[in-house]
Amino acid sequence: MSINATLFIQLIVFFIGAYVTMKFIWPPLIAALEERQKKIADGLAAAERGRADLAAAEKRAQDADREAKARVQELIAQGEKRATALVEEAKDAARTEAERIMAAARAEVEQEVQRARQQLRDQVAALAVAGAERILKREVDPRAHAQMLADLKQEL
Amino acid sequence: MAADSHSLTATEYIVHHLGHWQTEKQKSIIDFSVVNIDTVFFSIACLVLGLLLLRAAAKRATSGVPGRFQAFVEMMVEMVEEQSRSIVHGDRRFIAPLALTVFVWIALMNAIDLIPVDLFPKIASWIGWYAAGVPEHDVYLRPLPTADLNGTLGMALGVLILMLWYGIKIKGVGGFVHELFCAPFGSHPAFWLFNFLLNLIEYAAKTVSLGMRLFGNMFAGELIFFLIALMGGALALNATGLSMAALHVIAGTVWLLFHILIVLLQAFIFMMLTLVYIGQAHEGH
Repeated sequence: MSINATLFIQLIVFFIGAYVTMKFIWPPLIAALEERQKKIADGLAAAERGRADLAAAEKRAQDADREAKARVQELIAQGEKRATALVEEAKDAARTEAERIMAAARAEVEQEVQRARQQLRDQVAALAVAGAERILKREVDPRAHAQMLADLKQEL
Repeated sequence: MAADSHSLTATEYIVHHLGHWQTEKQKSIIDFSVVNIDTVFFSIACLVLGLLLLRAAAKRATSGVPGRFQAFVEMMVEMVEEQSRSIVHGDRRFIAPLALTVFVWIALMNAIDLIPVDLFPKIASWIGWYAAGVPEHDVYLRPLPTADLNGTLGMALGVLILMLWYGIKIKGVGGFVHELFCAPFGSHPAFWLFNFLLNLIEYAAKTVSLGMRLFGNMFAGELIFFLIALMGGALALNATGLSMAALHVIAGTVWLLFHILIVLLQAFIFMMLTLVYIGQAHEGH
């Protein structure tokens, strides 16, 4: 418990130690610590940004989904409308066609009737001539009486 | 315990352990021509060891994932940085590294106290006997530098110099002298002498208490280890001898475990007070 020159040696050693730490030990350690701190802060910021991006992307996806669904609805409605229109069109066409066919048939029938009537007229005329021949027992000159026969045919 | 023929008494044993390996036997209480070689050797060894460990960590320091050793050193650095930031408001480029050095250095020096008290003196006595033919009772070695008042007061003196240096650096010579004479009572000329005396006492008290606190704790711890070692020295093949040896084991274990706390706590306290005192030098009254 006595004081001697060790005191001053210890004092010098004290400052040398502090100086060495200041020059060679403290700066790299603090630099590493600060750099890591920055890295972690950046990482956290990036994570936050990522989370925000994800939320935005999810929202975009939802919007796109909703839009697509609306579009699908629209398309279905359009399709249905178009289908109905097509059916209507087909019905109209069928009706027209049917009417045309019916008209044609009717015309044909009419023609047939006309033709039959014509034949009938011819036959009746022939019959009438034959009957008249028989009644008159003499030859009728068809050529002389052609005008008369034609008039008769017209009256039938 | 003793290699030579007569066995030591308890007093002789302790006095022998309290003796320093000195350049020459010190006669008076204060004699600046004498150096305690053991204190110088072990404190420099601890400092070199501590600085090498820190340097190893500093060299490999990366901002990536730290290894265990790097994480441990970084934890200390972070603790010191945190404390110095909160206590010292100013340029800490020297103060923070100083605090780290003080903490690591004192912790390592104190940790020598955990090594069995007879180990280093015994080795020294063998070297002394076989290399120089010096008998054991003439070989003195005290490996614990912080149980030497020179060691702790030397460091406290360093802190005093820093207190004065930063006081002058921050406040200027005029401001520093003004504060010496005008604080804490006031700037009335009647108070100048009292202010100055009180400031002198304050600086002296800070320095002496800083050095004495560490010295007292470590000296007391060391002394108790000596006393515990005495119990083991009483080992004999009888009830008393055996129970003393058993008591040595128990008491030694308990004191060792408790002393781990003191080793680190005193290093921490010295570091904190260094920061507080230097921090006070940064602030005006």
